[in-house]
Amino acid sequence: MSYAIQAENLTKRFGDFIAVNAITFDVKQGEIFGFLGANGAGKTTAIRMLIGLLSPTSGKAHVAGYDVFTQTENIKRSIGYMSQKFSLYEDLTVRENIRFYGGIYGLSDEHIKTKTDFLIRKLQLEDAADMMISSLPLGWKQKLSFSVAILHEPKIVFLDEPTGGVDPITRRQFWNLIYEAAADGVTIFVTTHYMDESEYCDRVSIMVDGRIEALDTPRGLKQTYAADSMNDVFVKLARPQKKEN
Amino acid sequence: MNAVTVNDLTKTYGKITAINRLNFTVNKGELFGFIGPDGAGKTTLFRILTTLLLPDGGSANVIGLDAVKDFKKLRPQIGYMPGRFSLYQDLTVQENLAFFATVFGTTIEENYDLIKDIYVQIEPFKNRRAGKLSGGMKQKLALSCALIHKPEILFLDEPTTGVDAVSRQEFWEMLKRLQAKDITIIVSTPYMDEASLCDRVALIQNGNILGIDTPENIVRDFDRPILAVKSSNMYGLLTSLKTFPNVHSVFPFGEFLHYTDRRGKFEPQEITHYLTQLGIQNIETAWTQPTIEDSFMALMEQHA
Repeated sequence: MSYAIQAENLTKRFGDFIAVNAITFDVKQGEIFGFLGANGAGKTTAIRMLIGLLSPTSGKAHVAGYDVFTQTENIKRSIGYMSQKFSLYEDLTVRENIRFYGGIYGLSDEHIKTKTDFLIRKLQLEDAADMMISSLPLGWKQKLSFSVAILHEPKIVFLDEPTGGVDPITRRQFWNLIYEAAADGVTIFVTTHYMDESEYCDRVSIMVDGRIEALDTPRGLKQTYAADSMNDVFVKLARPQKKEN
Repeated sequence: MNAVTVNDLTKTYGKITAINRLNFTVNKGELFGFIGPDGAGKTTLFRILTTLLLPDGGSANVIGLDAVKDFKKLRPQIGYMPGRFSLYQDLTVQENLAFFATVFGTTIEENYDLIKDIYVQIEPFKNRRAGKLSGGMKQKLALSCALIHKPEILFLDEPTTGVDAVSRQEFWEMLKRLQAKDITIIVSTPYMDEASLCDRVALIQNGNILGIDTPENIVRDFDRPILAVKSSNMYGLLTSLKTFPNVHSVFPFGEFLHYTDRRGKFEPQEITHYLTQLGIQNIETAWTQPTIEDSFMALMEQHA
């Protein structure tokens, strides 16, 4: 079994505050892994450590085979990242954005050309290829932004609330792209506030106050917590401990 | 009496029609929801109703006052919580609340009863700057500030966007308690599952209202039987079901796919037989009731 992520007692402190408290988990290559938690539970801090943007306080973690303490540059080259806030360059066209990111990831001109044609066809953006990103509907931007995040064929892609605010049909089209990428062997690490989407994941972890309180398949979690839906599981786990700070 | 009456309300930005001849009414004391994705026109509509934006056509009457002509009389009587956090980040919790009370010519003490439930939860942090609050606390402070002048009607633009499932549930419980105090509440949300918490909802997409009714009636109008299908390989199931000759729609819904058929009624055995031939294993099927999301997607396709 090869792992895309292995974390052991991974911890981040900010002064006295323990944002991420000794989390231990692994994600298999090709898995769709849902990383859930209430606002402020520590998800963002954990992700920032995993993608090499934040140095952990203690513990161990490997992402795509690289050490999060010492090999962050290798990690950045091996992963894709997309968030709702991170977006494409609004004043570049669809084609220019693909070319720009292709360049950043070090793809050859030839490769970028092939990729651009392929993506534009696949996302049915033929008529929009030379339009500014700012003039596109949100759903198109998000689908394009996912495709750009996996342009360099990373082993693992981190998606931070990728479907916020889009209509229900686009949201499902987006998940089609995720399934497709996973079927191609890309590991998907995704956060979402839509609990129905957590059902689309192979396994789900739920963070509460800096710790991973539960980790299992959606079916397993529903059995363990005697819940009808992932929403019930989430509410049962996150509500009693929930405190504002 | 209607709390809001809107006739043929239209707003365009250059070539883009943000809202397109909207017509609806909201009853006094109602908890009314606008449900729709980003770009549907929700914020434009709210800005017009709160007198912050002028419409290009049509009219909007809010608590008996015209949203254009009577804006000065209207403003003191409405509460508005914009989608983007818009309190003063470098004032403390208490300073923000006192500021909004003063602007509306009142005091925190005068209307404390109305906000007490909400404000006590953030009162321990009253000396903290608003910019340093967590998301959930900012939301409670913003709601307190929108209520401090005891408005007759409250507009909440996407108060639960980006908020986790637990905090969302708590927020709706707060709204229900406010509604019991005779405040008309108009709320917008991109989360379809929140529709069931409203008395009535308007489904909105690309500036058009797709339907207005109680949540129960909206799903009742969905006329195709829905078969929930699952298997051990959901992606294979999804791609296979889409190739079934009589397919009308297939959409993932949590752990199931929702399948509807072009013919309307159909036998589940036909589906399982077809899927088995394609090598799909461990197929489970069950008839299921439509949700607001099923209805929304069906209406979207009708309007496309």
